[in-house]
Amino acid sequence: MGFELAEILPALPEIILSVVALVLVLVAAYGGDGAANARRVAHLTLAGIVLAALALLSMSSEQSTAFGGMFRGDAFADYMKLLVLMGSFAAVFMSVTPLEHDDINKPEFSLLVLLALVGMMLMISANDLMSLYMAVELQSLPLYVVAAMRTNSLRSSEAGLKYFLLGALSSGMLLYGASLVYGFAGTTSFAGIAAAVAETDLPAGFIIGMVFMITGIAFKVSAAPFHMWTPDVYEGSPSPVTALFAIAPKVAAIALMLRLTYGAFGSIALEWSQVIMALSVASMVVGALGAIMQSDIKRMMAYSSIAHMGYALAGLAAGTHEGAFGVMIYMTSYVFMGAGTFAIILLMRRDGQSTTRITDLRGLSKTQPLFALGLMVMMFSMAGIPPLAGFFGKWYVFLAAVNAGLVPLAVIGVVMSVVGAFYYLRIIKIMYFEDSEAPLDQDVPLANKLVLGVSMAVILLFFAGLNSVIDAANTATIALMAPF
Amino acid sequence: MIDNWPILSIITFMPLAGVLFLLIIRGDDDTLARNARNVALWVSAFTFLVSLVILIGFDSGASGYQFEEQRVWLGDTGISYHMGVDGISMPFVLLSTFLTPLAILASWQSITSHVREYMIAFLVLETMMIGMFVSLDMLMFYLFFEAVLIPMFLIIGVWGGPRRVYAAFKFFLYTLLGSVLMLVCVLAMYVDAGTTNIPQLMSHEFARGMQTWLFLGFFASFAVKVPMWPVHTWLPDAHVEAPTAGSMILAGVLLKMGGYGFLRFSLPMFPFASEFFAPMVFVLSVVAVIYTSLVALAQSDMKKMIAYSSVAHMGFVTIGIFSMNEQGIAGAMFQMISHGLVSAALFFCVGVVYDRLHTREISAYGGVTAVMPRYAVFFMFMMLASVGLPGTSGFVGEMLVLVGAWQANTWLALFAATGLVLGATYMLWLYRRVMFGQVVSAEVQSMERMQMREYGIFVPLTILVLFFGVYPMALLDVMDVSIQIILDDLTVSGVALLAAR
Repeated sequence: MGFELAEILPALPEIILSVVALVLVLVAAYGGDGAANARRVAHLTLAGIVLAALALLSMSSEQSTAFGGMFRGDAFADYMKLLVLMGSFAAVFMSVTPLEHDDINKPEFSLLVLLALVGMMLMISANDLMSLYMAVELQSLPLYVVAAMRTNSLRSSEAGLKYFLLGALSSGMLLYGASLVYGFAGTTSFAGIAAAVAETDLPAGFIIGMVFMITGIAFKVSAAPFHMWTPDVYEGSPSPVTALFAIAPKVAAIALMLRLTYGAFGSIALEWSQVIMALSVASMVVGALGAIMQSDIKRMMAYSSIAHMGYALAGLAAGTHEGAFGVMIYMTSYVFMGAGTFAIILLMRRDGQSTTRITDLRGLSKTQPLFALGLMVMMFSMAGIPPLAGFFGKWYVFLAAVNAGLVPLAVIGVVMSVVGAFYYLRIIKIMYFEDSEAPLDQDVPLANKLVLGVSMAVILLFFAGLNSVIDAANTATIALMAPF
Repeated sequence: MIDNWPILSIITFMPLAGVLFLLIIRGDDDTLARNARNVALWVSAFTFLVSLVILIGFDSGASGYQFEEQRVWLGDTGISYHMGVDGISMPFVLLSTFLTPLAILASWQSITSHVREYMIAFLVLETMMIGMFVSLDMLMFYLFFEAVLIPMFLIIGVWGGPRRVYAAFKFFLYTLLGSVLMLVCVLAMYVDAGTTNIPQLMSHEFARGMQTWLFLGFFASFAVKVPMWPVHTWLPDAHVEAPTAGSMILAGVLLKMGGYGFLRFSLPMFPFASEFFAPMVFVLSVVAVIYTSLVALAQSDMKKMIAYSSVAHMGFVTIGIFSMNEQGIAGAMFQMISHGLVSAALFFCVGVVYDRLHTREISAYGGVTAVMPRYAVFFMFMMLASVGLPGTSGFVGEMLVLVGAWQANTWLALFAATGLVLGATYMLWLYRRVMFGQVVSAEVQSMERMQMREYGIFVPLTILVLFFGVYPMALLDVMDVSIQIILDDLTVSGVALLAAR
């Protein structure tokens, strides 16, 4: 069997990241101890991500497969991978200084993130049950470790353990579902499953397998009622790790959900859209109501992300072209809102110690007006107030829902967004309407400024560039729905 | 040459240019505050001057939209950047550009902290208000309509009174809940018609069952904005806590967004449902007119009383709109413009004495006439305009609404007229308690005379109220053709409605 370069070329960005990761293992091991080495590894990681992004952009986005059909490259993969790369870049970029402050600056952090990133990219390109499961595990295992990075903190260890146990449970469900699907379809490739689905009556076992698989991925998406781990893990993990969790893995998991539902189960949208609808409603309700009582900003962001996933799934529940399109626009706005918000959460330190109580933001508008403005923009955008980016995400997912006749789902969604607006407004209230006791530390790393600045610009000017986003997302959706 | 200028875009976004300028100016606190005030005033005054171009160039005989601009925004999705004005929206645009500089002038001394941020909020607010009135695309309309919440939330919450947080939240969430229900309807209309272009939607026939739901969704939003009883409770709180200028704009322009919405969307797009629901609107409006007038009588806070009187006056507006005849709708339009001027002036009247005594309790005042005679003249004039004295703009609006209501239903006119009597009662009583009698305290005795700045706000408002009072045709002519178009639409569907019965 001859080796063809063309056979693996579509996976070039993943290959670049893997090679960089392997090289960095050596750098981490032999580069000496201490902060300098950790910093070096982090910077090389960033360089690797940029390199992968450049490779991604320079490749043609035509449909292609690699590794014997296990891997699929197309415009959809490019779109979502770019989002994941941007999200991870922001997270690693902003982690360097805080990790040093918290004295957990190990080179392993960036390295593990890089490995998880490879997993996320492979998830997006998964085209076979085997590669799907492998990618999910490759993404999950490094993240379990980074959640427990702060080894001297009980909460961090607890977060890691919780994440691991529930993650393992979800993997088990995913695997069990995959085995049922394989058993009834007789093949592991998405194309084969799609063909099997199209031609025969579906046995109940197949549907059960499909539901199990969706459940397994719902854990990764942190959609209610499989969200229990999210608040604890968000709160317990070191803040830079939370910033990572909040953005990139969510995008990858949603992309995987799209791949699986539209790719393998595309012709039985009626069967899975009910499951997704239930997940969507539960997430919107749990996210909106759960966040109200939180006093820790990271816990609040956890519930907020649950609610956001609920909105994204509302688009998916439509099961149409518009649905997938809406999800993509939503995730685009989500990446920038998340990055911008965490740029400020990472700044929250007092006397060098990181703090995460919401009340610590008191009077931020007076001590650091620009950051307060930035967080306010993020909060209004998350609440879905026009003309900010978050509104357009909601517009397109609910448009898809209404278009598919799911008006009640849209009504529940918008009503829950009003409930959600309450806790976003609370942050603004604390920053703008209340006076501070002790101001937060004033020294701000350049990384946070840059990430916040870029996110703000994107969120504020989203409406102006919306047309090109729509074009790209449209192409991606067509690619997603194209037959194999 | 001037015809080719995108004049509406210029007016809409000119305040934002001022915001950019305000963001870059530097200096110590005092200089910054002074410069911010001046920049905001000049930018908004200049915006007003430019908006006069619309007034001069407006052809009141022409049907359709004028100064129309349409550009590609979202490809061929049926959503475009589309602006234009007709006889319904043009007066509101001018009302917005006219009141904003006055509001900025009104906050010249009373706002002392974060002046720059305050002025930025006001200029952003102005852009959103104008943009909302000139939008001819439903998505654009919605963007502006809801974005108004952001600056207003901050104005109430940062620069408001003691219960500002509660008031700001109530204002925001109440209005948002109404708006998002409208959003679902906007989506449904877009799905049904394939476009968000307002003129196209007006000629699109929505199925009757669908119209009912769409009407209710839009009603949820506009009724909160107007505000109609029983969803008016955010208004007194918001008004009491907002700074004077915030109240002026809130009462002067933001309340009109609801009435404008009814005329722009509900009547032309859901004629069947509008006829069907008109009795419900009448009942709610009559309750508003009578009940809130009685509530106003019981208030001890001046601002709260004027806030309740706004609810009552806006009740007349909804009666006029849904009586669906020429006099009714023209009266409602007139009443909205008139109320915009008069209520802004009345809130400023409260602001003037509040700046001196720092209380709004009616019982703290008395005998102000002796101390501030000129102020007493302005206050009395505006109070009488609010009551509807002939010769002021308030009279024309109320008169026309009553004529319209009489044609629709005589009982309706009877109840509405009761509200007029009650309105006169509480306003005159307020005036007597605050202005006449003995000077009650040394603080009142020592109140300063009016400043030039305050004359600068009162005089233009007074002139306009008087002008529209003695020459109402100036306004009625402008609106006539557009109202006729709405009515023609309604007649067509009304015939169909009768046939269906």
